[in-house]
Amino acid sequence: MPGIVGWVWLVVLLPFIGFLVNGALSFLRPRAKDAVSIVGVGSVALAFVLSVAMALALAGSHAEEGFVVTIWRWIHVGDLEIDLAFQVDALSVIMLLVVTGVGLLIHIFSVGYMKADDAYPRFFAYLNLFVFFMLVLVLGAAFPIMFVGWEGVGLCSYLLIGFWYAEKANADAGKKAFIMNRIGDFGFLIAMFMIFGATGSLAYHEVFAAAPSAFVVDGNSITLVTLFLFLGCTGKSAQIPLYTWLPDAMAGPTPVSALIHAATMVTAGVYLIARTNVLFAMASVSSVVVASVGAVTALWAASIALKQWDIKKVLAYSTISQLGYMFLAVGVGAIASGVFHLVTHAFFKALLFLGAGSAIHAMHHAYHATHTHDDAQDMRNMGGLRRWMPWTAGVMWIATLAIAGVPGFSGFFSKDEILAMTFARGHEDMVFYVLWFVGTLAALMTAFYMTRMMLYTFHGPNRTGASEQQHLHEVPWVMTGPLVVLAAGSILAGVMNLPEVLPFHGWLHQWLEPVTAQGDFYRREMHLTAGTEWLLLVLATVIAAAGIVGAYRLLRPADLLPAREAEPETGFGLVLLRKYYIDELYDTVVVRPLVWLSEKILWKGVDAGAIDGAGVHGAANVTRGLGAIGSWLQSGQLGTYVFIFVIGVVVLLRAMSGS
Amino acid sequence: MLLGPALGLSAILFTIGVAGVMIRRNAIVIFMCVELMLNAVNLTFVAFAQQFGPEGQVIVFFVMAVAAAEAAVGLAIILAIFRHRETVDLRDINMLRG
Amino acid sequence: MREVLFWGFAGMAIISAFLCVTRRSAVSSALWLVSTLFDLAAIYVLLDAQFIAAMQVLVYAGAIMVLFLFVIMLLNLGREGPGDLKGWGGRIVATALAVGLVVELWALKAALAGEGGFQAVTAAYPLPEGTVAGMAEAQGVVGLIADTLFRQYLVPFEITSVLLMAAVVGAVVLAKRKL
Repeated sequence: MPGIVGWVWLVVLLPFIGFLVNGALSFLRPRAKDAVSIVGVGSVALAFVLSVAMALALAGSHAEEGFVVTIWRWIHVGDLEIDLAFQVDALSVIMLLVVTGVGLLIHIFSVGYMKADDAYPRFFAYLNLFVFFMLVLVLGAAFPIMFVGWEGVGLCSYLLIGFWYAEKANADAGKKAFIMNRIGDFGFLIAMFMIFGATGSLAYHEVFAAAPSAFVVDGNSITLVTLFLFLGCTGKSAQIPLYTWLPDAMAGPTPVSALIHAATMVTAGVYLIARTNVLFAMASVSSVVVASVGAVTALWAASIALKQWDIKKVLAYSTISQLGYMFLAVGVGAIASGVFHLVTHAFFKALLFLGAGSAIHAMHHAYHATHTHDDAQDMRNMGGLRRWMPWTAGVMWIATLAIAGVPGFSGFFSKDEILAMTFARGHEDMVFYVLWFVGTLAALMTAFYMTRMMLYTFHGPNRTGASEQQHLHEVPWVMTGPLVVLAAGSILAGVMNLPEVLPFHGWLHQWLEPVTAQGDFYRREMHLTAGTEWLLLVLATVIAAAGIVGAYRLLRPADLLPAREAEPETGFGLVLLRKYYIDELYDTVVVRPLVWLSEKILWKGVDAGAIDGAGVHGAANVTRGLGAIGSWLQSGQLGTYVFIFVIGVVVLLRAMSGS
Repeated sequence: MLLGPALGLSAILFTIGVAGVMIRRNAIVIFMCVELMLNAVNLTFVAFAQQFGPEGQVIVFFVMAVAAAEAAVGLAIILAIFRHRETVDLRDINMLRG
Repeated sequence: MREVLFWGFAGMAIISAFLCVTRRSAVSSALWLVSTLFDLAAIYVLLDAQFIAAMQVLVYAGAIMVLFLFVIMLLNLGREGPGDLKGWGGRIVATALAVGLVVELWALKAALAGEGGFQAVTAAYPLPEGTVAGMAEAQGVVGLIADTLFRQYLVPFEITSVLLMAAVVGAVVLAKRKL
């Protein structure tokens, strides 16, 4: 093993040290913003440098399977043996680079974005903690270690969503995210139990080696295991049915939305399926379920995004939609495509969020200066911002073109590949053609709503107000710098996995071979003729163009009114604006019965009644009763004493005559 | 030949005395029940004396003397308590209460 | 003949005792106790303890009970008082215990006396039946007791006299209004 790989624990530890230092500073020196910035950004920067070194070492070592670095014994109970070990292989290195790289850029952005916030040290402490847990998640060599990271990022998500916890809505959003994640985690745990039961281990290489003999292909056991794993993914990665927390999570600061809810945490589900692709390859029913849920979610979320007015909500639903694409990919068996889209999406979605954050930052500035209380995130209050924020507008357009799937940009290649792979499987089962169609429709909508967002925000007349306009300006370089880097990534990242009809194609596919090889044994080959492939490429271009041009033609930014003057929505538009009323449905069907159950039965009945009544008060009453009996013996009443006397005599006589 | 029945009678009288001590509240009446118990015991001694010699009767003699002394002193005590408490109801005399 | 008389007086004794215990008025209880004492005296006579019978009537019924009645009258407790007996629960429990006591006493007797009843026990001891009666014939009833009392039990006799003196002094002291 190359020497540097043995230091992988340092990559994980550095952000954790950053968390400890920043956490201490938040108590001791809350105003020491420079120190916090250096520690916060520096720890992630060092981690990134080390990650690059790891990647190069892995590439140079020609060791296909990667390396497992064991740190120490963790749980050795009976047959269960789990060691704390990190796995440096093709897949984890990709994730490592994304997490530390994009994470670093977002940390730098946050230095500028959160400058005015009093809880600056706490923010960076939590952000570092998140990076630490995410690294544990992607580097873990066994399910439990990954689960530690899984839970940890859920915790940090809760902490960061509710960062401004003084507002109840923010705290509620954090709770909602955490609780919905827990539902998914239940699935993950069940799957882990079943895996241990079937294979006797929880370390990746042992489980995957034992899988062919432990499970029957397409049997009930493997299908259940993978479906439970997928339940965990729907929670963490916001797919149907557990996606409603993600739009609410926009209550957190924008860098949080960029890092956690775009680039990294929500992709943990995709990573999980990519890592366990052997199991999913052995369970074709589950794979189809994954793909279907992914495709439907993509379409569902895209339709909701068409009518959202809050810029961050548009991006939130866009994230859910793009995650749907990733699940579609891993569901049909195109693991490398899914990971590819994960990487490109990290770039352009982080860019979109940070850019939106810049716009919101500017709007806040303007409103603050004029003491207005309008919503700084509502697109109806924006408009024409590119006049004041040219750089931001420029990079946002790059990201929009990437996500819409315009040729040349990274999103085009990754999204097209997913749809192509789906189409390729169509000849074996019609359902894949349907999924392909759903995905294409969603792509059309994506292009449309993203262009809509850009038109309403950066183009057209400005609706912020005459006095506020004077305070709008471009954001400082510390914030635009990372945007530029991310924009470059959004363009160049496409090179990672070009389609087969182009030269230098499929690099990522080859890089991930060691991870997907075992699963490929069970998968059908997905092959398209060159002709079909070109056709699909052209079709994707047409779709993207249709979406963009359609938005230009159909939407009239000039007709928009500021939010406080806007007319209420009607008809199907209202349904989309209200997100198909899913939140209300969940509230009625799930939340209220649970609250009723907890309050009436579990609280009043069991807790107050049985446990408090019988247990606590009961014990006290029994003691009191016994005490009362005892005190009767000391009553001072001669009659009682005589009574006891006589009892004693009778007992004695019995004893005497008995013996 | 009267020994068995005499002893039985003695047991019954003793028991009635015990029951009386348990159910009465008036101190003087309780005292009388104690006297009843003492008499029952006297009967036992006399019954045995018929079989085993005059020692039994001597013991009865002593019992009576002591009973007389005890009655005198006990009633004096009750008088003294009555002076303080205006009552001989044992419910109200619970100074032994711990 | 003795047996019939014995059963008669025994029945009356039991009834008198029961009534003594259950009367509400203290005076009634005292008088029923007197009745019991008389019945017992009669039984003593049947058991060849004539002197004891006389002592019983003289000392117990004549002196002690009179003393009781004096005190009752002094404290004005003669009237039917408000229920001096304990409630139903107390009575039931007391009855149960009383029955238990009787049962145990009987069981004790059965255990100690063995199979043959008292006859076997008494057969093991020196005096044959009717001896006391015979001795009384010779010395007289009083002489019989006096002989044992002043020979074997002289010391207890003297101590008893001291006890009686202490009792008298004590009673006087206790009953005084002012010391």
